[in-house]
Amino acid sequence: MFNPDIIKPENLVYKRTNVLTDAVMHYCPGCGHGTIHRIIAEVIEEMGIQDKAICIAPVGCSVLAYNYFNVDSLGAAHGRAPAIASAIQRLHPNHHTFTYQGDGDLAAIGTGETIHACNRGENIVIIFVNNGIYGMTGGQMAPTTLLGMKTATTPYGRCVELNGYPLQITELLADLPGTYYVTRQSVQTPAAVRKAKKAIRQAFENQKNHKGTSFVEILSNCNSGWKKTPVEANKWMEENMMAKYVPGDIKVDGVKVR
Amino acid sequence: MAKELKLMKGNEAIAEAAIRSGCDGYFGYPITPQSEVMEHLMLEKPWEKTGMVVLQAESEIASINMVYGGAGTGKKVMTSSSSPGISLMQEGLTYLAGAELPCLVVNVVRGGPGLGTIQPSQADYFQATKGGGHGDYQMYVLAPASVQEMYDFVFDAWDIAFKYRTPVMILSDGAIGQVMEKLYVGDYVPRWTDEQIAEKAPWAAFGKPAYRDHNIITSLELDSAKQEAHNHHLQAKYRQMEREDVRFEALDTEDADYLLVAYGSSARIAQKAMQLGKEKGYKIGLLRPITLFPFPTKQIAELASKVKGILSVEMSAGQMVMDVKLAAENKCKVEHFGRYGGIIPTPHEVLEALENQIIKG
Amino acid sequence: MTEEIIIAGFGGQGVLSMGKILAYSGAMQDKEVSWMPSYGPEMRGGTANVSVIISDERISSPIISQFDTAIILNQQSLDKFEHSVKPGGVLLYDPNGIIHPPTRTDINIYKVAATEKSAELGMSKVFNMIVLGAFLKVKPVVTEEFIEKGLQKSLPERHHKLIPANLEAVQTGKSLVETVHKL
Repeated sequence: MFNPDIIKPENLVYKRTNVLTDAVMHYCPGCGHGTIHRIIAEVIEEMGIQDKAICIAPVGCSVLAYNYFNVDSLGAAHGRAPAIASAIQRLHPNHHTFTYQGDGDLAAIGTGETIHACNRGENIVIIFVNNGIYGMTGGQMAPTTLLGMKTATTPYGRCVELNGYPLQITELLADLPGTYYVTRQSVQTPAAVRKAKKAIRQAFENQKNHKGTSFVEILSNCNSGWKKTPVEANKWMEENMMAKYVPGDIKVDGVKVR
Repeated sequence: MAKELKLMKGNEAIAEAAIRSGCDGYFGYPITPQSEVMEHLMLEKPWEKTGMVVLQAESEIASINMVYGGAGTGKKVMTSSSSPGISLMQEGLTYLAGAELPCLVVNVVRGGPGLGTIQPSQADYFQATKGGGHGDYQMYVLAPASVQEMYDFVFDAWDIAFKYRTPVMILSDGAIGQVMEKLYVGDYVPRWTDEQIAEKAPWAAFGKPAYRDHNIITSLELDSAKQEAHNHHLQAKYRQMEREDVRFEALDTEDADYLLVAYGSSARIAQKAMQLGKEKGYKIGLLRPITLFPFPTKQIAELASKVKGILSVEMSAGQMVMDVKLAAENKCKVEHFGRYGGIIPTPHEVLEALENQIIKG
Repeated sequence: MTEEIIIAGFGGQGVLSMGKILAYSGAMQDKEVSWMPSYGPEMRGGTANVSVIISDERISSPIISQFDTAIILNQQSLDKFEHSVKPGGVLLYDPNGIIHPPTRTDINIYKVAATEKSAELGMSKVFNMIVLGAFLKVKPVVTEEFIEKGLQKSLPERHHKLIPANLEAVQTGKSLVETVHKL
């Protein structure tokens, strides 16, 4: 029986952030995008920067991210989010422009924009969701797809001869002088989510202090693309993705720590 | 307004106009024959004078997307390039048109296809006036014929861009970009304040204030019915441009027997050819479209029923001539004369073509 | 009056700046002017040329192929532009390095030993102003006071101290020019 008397501030244990809209997310059950959206939105709320936050949504699974973040947003052409964010942050130096991009968007078609924005040290936050596959278009090979991994365009598994190597773009970006903070996180456990949120907070704090580019890679499963249950997918991610894409900080306060 | 005389290249005039017209940001990539635009901006350091941002991007693709970003936040932003670079920008331009973002893109045209030549050309007329990128859209296209117009049209471009929420293109060429002429410049127009942007561009994504919902800038619409409605809305804007903002210059067209139609550099050459023709006793008029989209269709249609023939003069293999023919509706003979690949026709060649193809033909 | 001029020589000879000073001077004298350089790879290490038009009327085409005057500063440019001078027009050249002098008989030909003179004076930087002086002696399209104003307008402030030397070079050019062939 519903008891309205218990709705009191002191009884509140969880509140959905108002930096997310009421729109129902289209993401597959078990996918990491929803969690990542939530922790970004919570950070924006906690920092009190909703009126200064500008989200650049990519092309990929999170193409409709602008419907979910309750902040002013722009939908980018495929891969171009870092260029768009560069201009916006330069025109609004005290705002918080951030991009939200997948592996295909950021590390394939948008590699040029990513590298140059980071190399210029643009004072932006880049959230890079790496699930090793093109989810939206139906599970084709991504630049981060692991060797041997089966996708719609590597039906016999990714092989070097045909497809080249998986791209560790995050390690590559850490070598650029313009990046101030480069980290790799994940969201498959509550502990990992808390760490990822802390990293996102760090990125936005850096931006507030005009430190240059903060880059947060977040490993996420694509259970439907990987053809696994969500639980299996997270396990597979820990055993396989994390062997190649090792979680943790790579560059902190402009200094490489790995 | 106080007017100061300067001697400037067309490209420099674009840059000078940007600073003086209250432009907020320029994003570009070097390419001949328009690199002086960014060079002049970097030399002038407008960020110290007006707060204008200038950034050399890593490519034309990045440049046009920077424009998309800036425009999406309600700022007056622009880029410039030349033909091959403008081809790279087509993706960004169709997104700008789809998302209805005001901005200015300058194309200082060189000859093509491909890497082509760096010499002046007008072979990008189709690309500029018929869309260029994918999807049903148009840009408002201004064709300057002098350094002064390069300057003035930047000011005009902001008015049109924000009136219609549309990309505006200044379609110039290597000759107008490189030539130095007298230029009268006016006072500095201040950049818009945040309050002015909020008032003039309430749709823009400049950071969500508490009083309104979040603004979204996108060209994506997965619901076909809504996308069709959006297409109707865009088309209505283009029809309004045709009704309200066609610009042209008519010289001696009232009692002309023959009409030259030419824009930009070609119009200046055609004007000289017209003088030469008059010395030979021909009655020649010149209609110079200043807007290539919307095109002065009505004016050409009226003249087509009065003159004996029309020669469309272009530095291309014949692109604008198709719009002239559509306008003339077979009421008189319409022919094309062009030199291309970076070759500029001489006034004598134009007159000879008029004699051979129209007067005697 | 419309005077259509081509100035051509090696890059580094001050071809473009001579044209610019001429155009500025014309503008100061309330004339219509245009200055159109060759651009692109052509200007790297090789020849440089600029067409300058000074007119009492609106200039129709800034790009021209026939000239009232050709000011020629090397052999390549002479070979390229001798035949572009309108019949009855003027060809002015510096004989330094010219192996095949101009041969046309339907134009007026002048020469000015500006390279030699500027070397003699130890002032290679005003070489182009000596040439300009020679041209103005042959065709006084702008008057002297406006040359000074043109220099003021076209040179950055920090170079204004060089204006007297430039004006002196113009005078030198005027007295140095020789007639080669007159119609």
